[in-house]
Amino acid sequence: MTLRRLAEILVPAALVVATALLGLVVSSYLQAYFLDTLIKVSIVVALYVFIGNSGVLSFGTISFVALGAWTAGVLTVPEEQKRITMPGLAHVLVTTNVGNYTSLALAAAVGAAAAVAAGLPLMRLSGLAAGIATFAVLEITNNVLTYEQRIGPGLNAFSGVPQTTGIWQAAIGGLICVAFAYAYQRTRFGRMTRATREDPAAARASGISIYRQRLLAFALSGALAGFAGGLYVHLQPLQVNGLYLDLTFITLAMLVVGGSGSLLGAVVGALAVNGIYSFFSAATNGVDIFGWNLTVPSGTAEIVLGVLMTVVLILRPNGITGGREFSLPRRRRPVADLEKARVPT
Amino acid sequence: MILGFLNLTWPVFADALALGGIYALMAVGIGLVFGVLRLVNFAYGQLIMAGAFALAYGAQWGLPNWVSILFCFGVVLALSVLMDRLVFRPLRTHSPAVMLVATFAVAFLLQNIALLAFGSLGKTAGALAQLQAPWDIGGVFIRKIAIIAITTAAGCLALLQLLLTRTPVGLHMRAAAMDFRTARILGVRANRVIGVAVLLSGLLAAVSAVLLTVEQTQVTYTFALPETIVVLAGVVVGGLNRPVPATLGGFAIGFAYGLLGGILPTNQSQYLNSFIFAAVIVVLLVRPSGLFTRAGGSVERV
Repeated sequence: MTLRRLAEILVPAALVVATALLGLVVSSYLQAYFLDTLIKVSIVVALYVFIGNSGVLSFGTISFVALGAWTAGVLTVPEEQKRITMPGLAHVLVTTNVGNYTSLALAAAVGAAAAVAAGLPLMRLSGLAAGIATFAVLEITNNVLTYEQRIGPGLNAFSGVPQTTGIWQAAIGGLICVAFAYAYQRTRFGRMTRATREDPAAARASGISIYRQRLLAFALSGALAGFAGGLYVHLQPLQVNGLYLDLTFITLAMLVVGGSGSLLGAVVGALAVNGIYSFFSAATNGVDIFGWNLTVPSGTAEIVLGVLMTVVLILRPNGITGGREFSLPRRRRPVADLEKARVPT
Repeated sequence: MILGFLNLTWPVFADALALGGIYALMAVGIGLVFGVLRLVNFAYGQLIMAGAFALAYGAQWGLPNWVSILFCFGVVLALSVLMDRLVFRPLRTHSPAVMLVATFAVAFLLQNIALLAFGSLGKTAGALAQLQAPWDIGGVFIRKIAIIAITTAAGCLALLQLLLTRTPVGLHMRAAAMDFRTARILGVRANRVIGVAVLLSGLLAAVSAVLLTVEQTQVTYTFALPETIVVLAGVVVGGLNRPVPATLGGFAIGFAYGLLGGILPTNQSQYLNSFIFAAVIVVLLVRPSGLFTRAGGSVERV
């Protein structure tokens, strides 16, 4: 690997590490925001693996985050606590308990399995039909997790999950997601998926099965999403509606603002948007900026985020990074422009 | 009783028809804008929410019903024109995916503005609640709102059909929906057809807001959001490209919702969303370009 290639992975990784280090030096009250940001990085990178590489919009990825969270949560709550907080839980789930790392691995496995199950039929679709179909997956997952008491707490928050996601676990989890995403996009499979994004007809003519490549990307995206969900549930008591439309919107906003065409865009978007979001969330309790106290009404963060995303979409539809990876100066390679490639009718 | 063993009674049937009618109105509102802009307006539900809040304020200020309904129309129309000018117009040349995400952002924004302005409990729009009372039609008690919703929806759709098929601007809109570029070359004024489509879509949103508040008198920031998601699925299932398939799709999903919600026992109807969306996936797999469109028609553009 040349220095040039190395920079493509090292810069996003360094951003994650820098966030973690910053999170270590601030007060424990502020550290919660950094932990949350690192989880969001993992989720957005999982989104990027499918949406970024294939160019197909998916609203369904958060359902794999939810399934991962449910898996890791149900399997790590102590048994006696499960009998109290989740009385309807299936017997086998009550008696099965695993450790932190196993639960994360299982969360990733469940996410991948669910993505394959959903992707087998859905990856035939593209465009709007794919968007609505993945939305249907989100709706079904949310509906089932809300009412099915045999596999989780239903509408209640997950309580009693060991809080093992500290700053290190969050950071290493984020790095694992970044590493997998980068490794994937450097393999021939990643390249083939990107080829189908740029020109489906030419890709098909070169012998690429669009269906198979998208399915593979979807499965990896599901695995990372499940893994991120596992990290998330070990951080704070989650509720099913916290893993639904709002999270879908916020993570999509991060990906689009950062630039959905590159891994760097996913990481930068997650950090920038969650930074702004966290700032305004913190400001509802008042923050001091150079001695000037700022207090905003709650809900301001969401409004700022909505405006920011709309403005970025209008001014820079390819995101802050323009969908490019980090590149060292000199000898810039032209990168195919998504917007120009897809001539609107 | 039609099918007694399924609990399917005339009132349930009428309510299902009414829900189908309201969903059909929303569907055609979404479909009209899609036709000319190639834009799936996820923020359509927030237009309806704004109208519902206008009705709630009308009730609070003690305005006569017809004045609050006018106020509701004004608010919804103003907001839809504003949305078109500020967001849709600058985004017109972008890809459908970018525009869909943008309307997602607008929906999120409007919802949170409503949350900030009106609180999480929202307001009550109870002025029209007496329409829930039943009418006695030959021994069968059918709620007034069901009949009003069915007739209003049928009337609006008939008027719209006349407008689309019998007036020059309707012809222009259909031409633009078919092929925008060619239509422009042939002298269709882009901004005019888009403006008319946005206005019509806003009108339909206002009508839906009035009809929906009769049933859901508590107006919160999530008002009409679940309905919009279902209608969007229905519209795509029906076929987005043309108003009639879109309307049929909206009607079908609303009717199915109302009917199944009425006849299934609670422990099954809580999974109604899963059934409906599973059906949506199946239909999309079999007919990705829509259930009510002619197969092998124009090239898929989205």
